[in-house]
Amino acid sequence: MAKYQLNVNGERREVSVDPSTPLLWVLREDLKMTGTKFGCGVSACGACTVHVAGVATRSCVLPVALLGERPVVTIEAMANDPVGRAVQDAWVERDVVQCGYCQSGQIMSAVALLKQTPKPSDVNIDESLGGNLCRCATYVRIREAVHLAAQKLK
Amino acid sequence: MPRTRTAGLLCVTLFAAFGAWAFLSGARVEARRVADKRAEGLAAWEQVYTVLTHPRCINCHTATNYPQQGDERRRHFANVVRGPDGRGVPALNCAGCHQKANADSTGVPGGPDWHLAPLSMRWQDENDRPLPSAAVCQQVTDPKRNGQMSAQALLKHNAEAELVLWAWEPGRRPDGSERATPPLTHAEFVAATRRWVEAGTPCPSVK
Repeated sequence: MAKYQLNVNGERREVSVDPSTPLLWVLREDLKMTGTKFGCGVSACGACTVHVAGVATRSCVLPVALLGERPVVTIEAMANDPVGRAVQDAWVERDVVQCGYCQSGQIMSAVALLKQTPKPSDVNIDESLGGNLCRCATYVRIREAVHLAAQKLK
Repeated sequence: MPRTRTAGLLCVTLFAAFGAWAFLSGARVEARRVADKRAEGLAAWEQVYTVLTHPRCINCHTATNYPQQGDERRRHFANVVRGPDGRGVPALNCAGCHQKANADSTGVPGGPDWHLAPLSMRWQDENDRPLPSAAVCQQVTDPKRNGQMSAQALLKHNAEAELVLWAWEPGRRPDGSERATPPLTHAEFVAATRRWVEAGTPCPSVK
């Protein structure tokens, strides 16, 4: 066990965990922030996506010991982020969600995309969200919602 | 008097013959030295080539829109794409999974500034087959395609570049087993590179 001081959604949080523990489990089990989901555990599905120093990151494969001082932002903070808010509103307006399990990861990836590419093309969206799987196959609505959020952010 | 002249002519002739012999012998020795040095350089290059085409190296020197992974050099999972600068695309960057060091507990390899080599440094064709030795050698020695590296810079790169060094400490797979390393040790790789550089970076002929 080792102690880590984390910056999660702008707050300092201290945890005492094994250094090899993936960030996902620190968030879910130690900090009780369950908005970030466990899907595959091997970075293949994107359900666990969070932002680490602004980079969309698969938290299931990031041992907490490698996080360092980098700040973490999770789905819980998206409502207070202008881009995050726009994406969530677009998600509601386009009724994207079906079962919803993958959607926090989808939204985190969509926000990361829009912060770097404010007017994404279909190809941009398909490539950037290509690692976020949705068993309900809501991909068409996801793409529409990303375009809608981009329009709202103009 | 005629006898003296004859002797003189004989001396001049012998001297000229010896000179010609010495010149030709010297040229022949020099030609052999150059040929031997080139052969030694080519042999060293072939050792270097076995490392460059090992999966730990060539998986990120693709000619396609994606990296590869594993010893079988399969396409990288999760629909990962090259992106404009070889570091993926927004929301699907290399750095989104690959940290600055190996994550052995989760099986994800990592190193500083994890990224694909640019297309100018591809060592495969578009069907994911390794290019022949001559083609890789020409790429590596062409400043327009190798990042403006001189022969000495190539040696330094192979000896010190952090992502090169990673190939010999590639960490563990998700199942906990150790990833395979290139067929030479890093010291042998650097020594072979040095012999190749000192021989003038010769490249095999294109067949």
